[in-house]
Amino acid sequence: MSLFNFFQKRTTAPAARERLQILLAHERTNGEHSDLVNLLREEIIQVIAKHICVDGEKVAVKMDKGDKFSTLEVDIELPVDAKIKKAA
Amino acid sequence: MAKTIVVTSGKGGVGKTTSTAALGAALAQRGEKVAVVDFDVGLRNLDLVMGAERRVVYDLINVVQGDAKLSQALIRDKRCETLFLLPASQTRDKDNLTAEGVEKVMEELRKDFDWIVCDSPAGIERGATLAMRHADIAVVVTNPEVSSVRDSDRIIGLLDSKTAKAENGERIEKHLLLTRYDASRADRGDMLKVDDVLEILSIPLLGIIPESLDVLRASNLGTPVTMSDNNSAPALAYTNAARRLAGEDVPMSIPGEKRGLLGKFFGRRAA
Repeated sequence: MSLFNFFQKRTTAPAARERLQILLAHERTNGEHSDLVNLLREEIIQVIAKHICVDGEKVAVKMDKGDKFSTLEVDIELPVDAKIKKAA
Repeated sequence: MAKTIVVTSGKGGVGKTTSTAALGAALAQRGEKVAVVDFDVGLRNLDLVMGAERRVVYDLINVVQGDAKLSQALIRDKRCETLFLLPASQTRDKDNLTAEGVEKVMEELRKDFDWIVCDSPAGIERGATLAMRHADIAVVVTNPEVSSVRDSDRIIGLLDSKTAKAENGERIEKHLLLTRYDASRADRGDMLKVDDVLEILSIPLLGIIPESLDVLRASNLGTPVTMSDNNSAPALAYTNAARRLAGEDVPMSIPGEKRGLLGKFFGRRAA
């Protein structure tokens, strides 16, 4: 920031940049893959629920698109006293 | 070998048509044979910006449907004999634009031209995806403003998934054309800077077109800005962008960037 800007009121471009970065990080994660991500999430919950009691809310599925490869992140939070069901 | 370019943006009003006309004309002025194609069925404007609105007889849909030959629909520019326009239909339903029909027309154009520059409609619907479908190169037109940057990001996602190249596992070449840039506003911190937009969208920069009255003046007259006054700042910026598309190594400069006091006195014209 130049000395001239110092005496002016706060500039707005940095806010635009920051808002875009946050928004696009989110949109790129889901965006076009949102259907696939939701489907995967549903099925993963079903598979886990066969063996462990798990809260559907605690299962996070995230797809990140990169330049060379994409990653699929599955984050499942198990309760401390997770009840393991006997295999059917 | 013919190269197909799509000029796209997602958002409307950012300068797709102006850029299509300016880049097409600049490429043609190099002596290469260029066809500019309007894909905006129902809202055609490339004919108007090119000054050919009264010469339209047949259009893209006539050719797609076999009512006219491609050679009948192409309009040769009066100022540059290697520049041709294929207008969109103003009255027909855009559902008449089929994927197979477009593919056939594009194939035929490729045989006869060095460059095919497709002006995409705004949005992400079928018209836009058809315009980008056969492109080798995408020029993503973006204003330094939040909604335009967001929509460009969306379009980049589509370019990487919905184009023929992407479906064949190839990479489509993508370039950023930053339009309506005002260096003094960016310097004051009231407009996203070139580097901000580049960092967010992370595609290579093709050119920076300054916000300028010359662009409006050129469209008032129906002249591509690169043909109206070759020394205006936007004309230079577009001409340099076209040279980069053609593979020349042209140093990038930010038009209207603040210079020192001496630069202001001595370097005025060197945009």
